[in-house]
Amino acid sequence: MNADGTLHRVLYIDLTRRRSEVRERPELFRDGLGGTGAAIRLLDEECPAGADPLGPDNPIIMAVGPLVGLFPLASKTVAMFKSPLTGNLGESHAGGRSAVAIRSAGYGALVIRGASATPVYLSVDAHGARFRDASALWGMRSSATVGTVIRSREAGAGVRSIMRIGRAGEQMVRFACVITETYRHFGRLGLGAVFGAKKLKALVVSGRRDIPVPDRKAYRDAYDAVYHAAVDSPLMKKYHDLGTAINVLPLHAAGALPTRNLQSGQFEGAEAISAEALASGYLGRRVACTHCPVACVHLAMLRLPYPHDPYFYKTLMIGYDHEPVYAMGSLLGVGEPAGLLRLLDAAEIHGFDVMSAGVALAWATEALARGLITLADTDGLALAFGDAETYLAALSRIVSQPTDFYRALARGTAHAAAVYGGADFALAFGGNEMPGYHTGPIGHLGYLVGARHSHLDNAGYSVDQKIAAKGEHLTPEQAAETLLEEERWRQVLTSLVICLFARGVYDLATVIRTLAAAGVETTADALAATGAETLRRKFAFKRREGFDAAAMPIPRRIVETPSPAGPFDEEYIRRGIAHYMARL
Amino acid sequence: MVKRLSVIDTERCVGCQSCMFACVRRTGHGGLGGACIGVRSAGGIRRGFLVVVCRACADPPCSKVCPVDALPARPGGGVRLKSELCIGCGNCARACPFGAIFWDDAADKPLVCVYCGYCADYCPYQVIALEDVAPEVIP
Repeated sequence: MNADGTLHRVLYIDLTRRRSEVRERPELFRDGLGGTGAAIRLLDEECPAGADPLGPDNPIIMAVGPLVGLFPLASKTVAMFKSPLTGNLGESHAGGRSAVAIRSAGYGALVIRGASATPVYLSVDAHGARFRDASALWGMRSSATVGTVIRSREAGAGVRSIMRIGRAGEQMVRFACVITETYRHFGRLGLGAVFGAKKLKALVVSGRRDIPVPDRKAYRDAYDAVYHAAVDSPLMKKYHDLGTAINVLPLHAAGALPTRNLQSGQFEGAEAISAEALASGYLGRRVACTHCPVACVHLAMLRLPYPHDPYFYKTLMIGYDHEPVYAMGSLLGVGEPAGLLRLLDAAEIHGFDVMSAGVALAWATEALARGLITLADTDGLALAFGDAETYLAALSRIVSQPTDFYRALARGTAHAAAVYGGADFALAFGGNEMPGYHTGPIGHLGYLVGARHSHLDNAGYSVDQKIAAKGEHLTPEQAAETLLEEERWRQVLTSLVICLFARGVYDLATVIRTLAAAGVETTADALAATGAETLRRKFAFKRREGFDAAAMPIPRRIVETPSPAGPFDEEYIRRGIAHYMARL
Repeated sequence: MVKRLSVIDTERCVGCQSCMFACVRRTGHGGLGGACIGVRSAGGIRRGFLVVVCRACADPPCSKVCPVDALPARPGGGVRLKSELCIGCGNCARACPFGAIFWDDAADKPLVCVYCGYCADYCPYQVIALEDVAPEVIP
């Protein structure tokens, strides 16, 4: 059992009654480890069947794990909720200071229930939750300013996390994100809209305390092994040097970089928006999540003149990664770095999941070109690939929603396509917008079968690339087996809230060793069983909420646009889905 | 040679706080509670980070304001905490212009750097280093 009893404490926060209480829940962390495993158990308990994702019954769960605060790279918080984007399982992970702050405040998980009648933000520390009026913060133009205001009002500088929404969350845009520490996000599946529906503008968590370990020497030795693997070995070099955007050029070269709503897998502007170009022209600072020596967060410095005021400039610091560069760059045909960076900054200010926002705009651009929608629908905006200025205006309109069209688009790409047509080129999987890899059939199969419909669920894009390099071919059934094995193991990693970029550092032996140093004795078999059980529970929740794998639409575009894997058909993917679901 | 911790370049700090974890781990714990070094944003992460360390003053103000001589000056600079004498008044923490004296709330005593350099061994970006106090500073 865990040496530190505070992990077992779950803080239940009721926004309706404005009360919080702690309950001891050791079994959650014994059976589910923490993170994903603890969160799905809490979601099962808290979320009634058929709950309205934007109603008070939809809970927000945030969970951390036994390695947090003890080992490097155990730096994520797992949020679970019912997604307003897909109407089903919502799971989103973020780093920043969030995980260490939650554990340092003395909790293993937070459960936020109910809804506030008026805007509120929560300040959580070792003494519980305080409810602070946020009426004056509601409607503020920039999510960054909200952070600035709260930073000056709350204690705990350096040992706190300030999670907040922008206006997209307030307006319940179904793909609104929650921003933490300015550059990290609970991005996917609309947690920001759930915050907004609860009138919850922000959640501040702070704490500072020691965490005991059973054996000091064993702890230090295990620590050094992980630390040096992260810092000295090549395992994390690509994240360290150029950051995740290092993927842009190789994906383009392979024909796997989704471009202009995936009308192509190659982008003539790839060079200009590559990690190499951004680093040489714009990289201004690198930052890290708490307890991550790798520092993959790359910030571009963009100096912009004020058009009507000579010698006045502003300098923006804008985070970039592969997925944002894909979603606001190649997918929208924006190959000009300043335009791309301004779009990324706007997504941050409004508080969108940048991936979903990019896919939604790419679909809208093609829908306009094909006459499915008109300029009256777009409020006069002539959306066109490559036109960053017009996309900036469109992002504002997804927040302000001046027409029925923007109201539909704010409910996600799949919903908008259901209303206006164009489902064949609506790049959504299980209702969640596509990630930036068109590597082949296994990548797409992975998005469809993954419990979050995310590329990080099972890394099918990586399987495509590996078998292509070896010149191999997998049957759909073999592909499904490979994805299932990976997704089960990833439940263990995300239950321990280990950053998935560190999956090479945390191999099975390292996981067992670090857990032992934290006071959790386990075995390879027990971990495998826990991973499989957690995944089974996630799909049990999905099925309860109406998930039907066989009925999931597969956008025709993905089989029409050539991928590096060569031609594949919908039949391959359907067989893979069927096998995956049967083997779950 | 007398040592002290030196901040080489805060602009290279990524805010990972590995130094703070190292400071606590030296005492055999995890977490951040007992850290005698502090990293926090310089007004939001976009502006980078502040690294707060005891700079081992030659004439330390924290020592001068201690009413019970629990923080005697160390020859060559800095102080040594005599915890058994400390009454937890907090004068030292208020007197340090850098905020480099941290506080152990449970024990109600200051947390003071011992100039061991363990934290610097875990800074991946050479932001901090243990250095010799220049000989001319030593009286």
